Amino acid sequence: MANNASRTGPSMLLILACVIPILVMLVALPKFVDTYQTQLLTYGLVFAIAALGFNLLLGYTGLLSFGHSAYFGLGAYSAAFMVRYLGIGSMELFILGGLLITGLVTAAFGYICVRHTRIFFGILTLALSQVLWTLAYKFFWVTGGTDGLRVAFGNLTLLGGLIDFKGRDAYQSFTQYYYYYVLFLFCVCTVLMWVIVHSPFGKALQAIRDNETRAQFLGVRIRHYRWLAFLISGSFTGLAGILWVPLNGLVTPDILYWPFSGEIVFMTVLGGFRTFTGPIVGAVVFNYLKVYAVASTAYWQLLLGIVLMVLVLALPTGIVGMIARIAGKFTGRA
Amino acid sequence: MDILIIQILNSIFYACILFLIATGLSLIYGVMRIVNLAHGSLYALGAYVTAWTIGTFAVGAPIWVLFLLLPAGAVAVAAVGALIEPTLLRPIYNRPEEYQLLITFALLLILEDAMHFLFGGVPLTAGAVIDSMGTMRVMDLRYPVYNLLVIAIGIAAAVFLWAFIYRTKFGVILRATSQNMRMASALGLNVKRVYVQAFALGCFMAGLGGAVVVPAQAAVLGMGIEALILAFVVVVIGGLGSLEGALIGALIVSFVRTAGIQFFPEIELAVLYLIAAVVLLVRPTGLFGRA
Repeated sequence: MANNASRTGPSMLLILACVIPILVMLVALPKFVDTYQTQLLTYGLVFAIAALGFNLLLGYTGLLSFGHSAYFGLGAYSAAFMVRYLGIGSMELFILGGLLITGLVTAAFGYICVRHTRIFFGILTLALSQVLWTLAYKFFWVTGGTDGLRVAFGNLTLLGGLIDFKGRDAYQSFTQYYYYYVLFLFCVCTVLMWVIVHSPFGKALQAIRDNETRAQFLGVRIRHYRWLAFLISGSFTGLAGILWVPLNGLVTPDILYWPFSGEIVFMTVLGGFRTFTGPIVGAVVFNYLKVYAVASTAYWQLLLGIVLMVLVLALPTGIVGMIARIAGKFTGRA
Repeated sequence: MDILIIQILNSIFYACILFLIATGLSLIYGVMRIVNLAHGSLYALGAYVTAWTIGTFAVGAPIWVLFLLLPAGAVAVAAVGALIEPTLLRPIYNRPEEYQLLITFALLLILEDAMHFLFGGVPLTAGAVIDSMGTMRVMDLRYPVYNLLVIAIGIAAAVFLWAFIYRTKFGVILRATSQNMRMASALGLNVKRVYVQAFALGCFMAGLGGAVVVPAQAAVLGMGIEALILAFVVVVIGGLGSLEGALIGALIVSFVRTAGIQFFPEIELAVLYLIAAVVLLVRPTGLFGRA
């Protein structure tokens, strides 16, 4: 959509007409579905934030990171460390502290990684993410090793202590409040990312993606811009990791292991990485797909693998790209 | 002293396995420019097939039968490779790299579960092979003779591959295709066939790695995922697409790892990934890679 947007420029009205009904639906949803479904959707929105961040690199800058598990995991472990070693329970402090740590590490990793592009960029991000994985895995007396670290929702407070979860039906109220908390941050992230990719900075990234040499001739500081994109991308994914921890209640090295990076790529491609909304749709759909695949068969990886294969071979533009094409046929624009 | 000798032998043993995996990865990248994320799973498949074959058909069989069955995994994986290339990889050569990585990632997911389905969740071993060969004395300690055989196989594979690539007509064709696929095609080479052969050969190497490791270490689920990353480290250090690089890289990785387990066990893997990252930064083509 973003690519079309740059050419045809959809009216603000049209965007609002699409966004408002979806938003109303998302806000009203917990009233109509049970706790489990609300929770699933919360997971989906968290992953959507991660994929949104990831796609700033893949879709807009043309860099395929195979190490985004690192930033997701950094966010998650930062929050878990704050619980374990500082006894902090405030979600806002998790976000502040987690973003600070993720931002610092992302800045350092990004500084190294943007020296390369294409496959070498991918391998470099992969190698660095695996450094973090082995550290989380081996320093078990700090990180809990494969047992991980627990982050119980019972000690959590939202909005600077206004909302806590004690007493009866704590779990239900946590699920409800946390859903709205994540939904709010998801909206903030989406708007923020929309602004970023439509800003001159975002346009410069797309210019780099489409033609590096020309962008350079136009005076774009390519490496610097790529580094900034990397930093923003990692921070978004880190925020998703922070939000994921209380929801999951436990953080283990699995989320730092490289197949999880593959899952983030999978989500983005499932939705369609050439569109703004693709990663969001992809993440939510992927989450449902994975949950139901895991619930229905022991061989869920096989199922996901086949879906991914069909996607790559038959539907390379993803779900959103496919819908756009079908819609284009009806309106006669494509 | 005897500990040192055994550690060195272990390092070389491990280097041979890594070399077999990494050289296949490197070969496939060199010829087809595809980074095969499923390569570790193909290695695991080789291990499973050999362990299963020996466990099913050769319980209590004489030693020569065991050796005859040992390469079963390598042959099976080569056959799988010859099937995969034309069906899954051929349609995506002209597509961006993202899709090539994703299709091999999909293949990895499928292979991991296919192995789970076919061979079950319990580890499989082919310990009969290592038992049948007994041990030898290294000063005051005992060392399995089989490990020496693996080292011999590794060296033989390296020599064989070198001769194959640099001394045969097929090797010339392979190198020509690798350097300029369009030109090779224009000169009348059947590039499609070269690709199938190269991919099958790469898979054969991975399968051989699995086949020779399984008498010493059980085949378990997830072994391929770990092996892939180590193979990546090897080819990154040595240079993607380089045979000598894979050899040197495998030696470096396994010696560092052996030393790491001895002296700094917490960060032994982290050090390897950091070495790979540093090499990528300083010399992105690796120690032996072409620009």
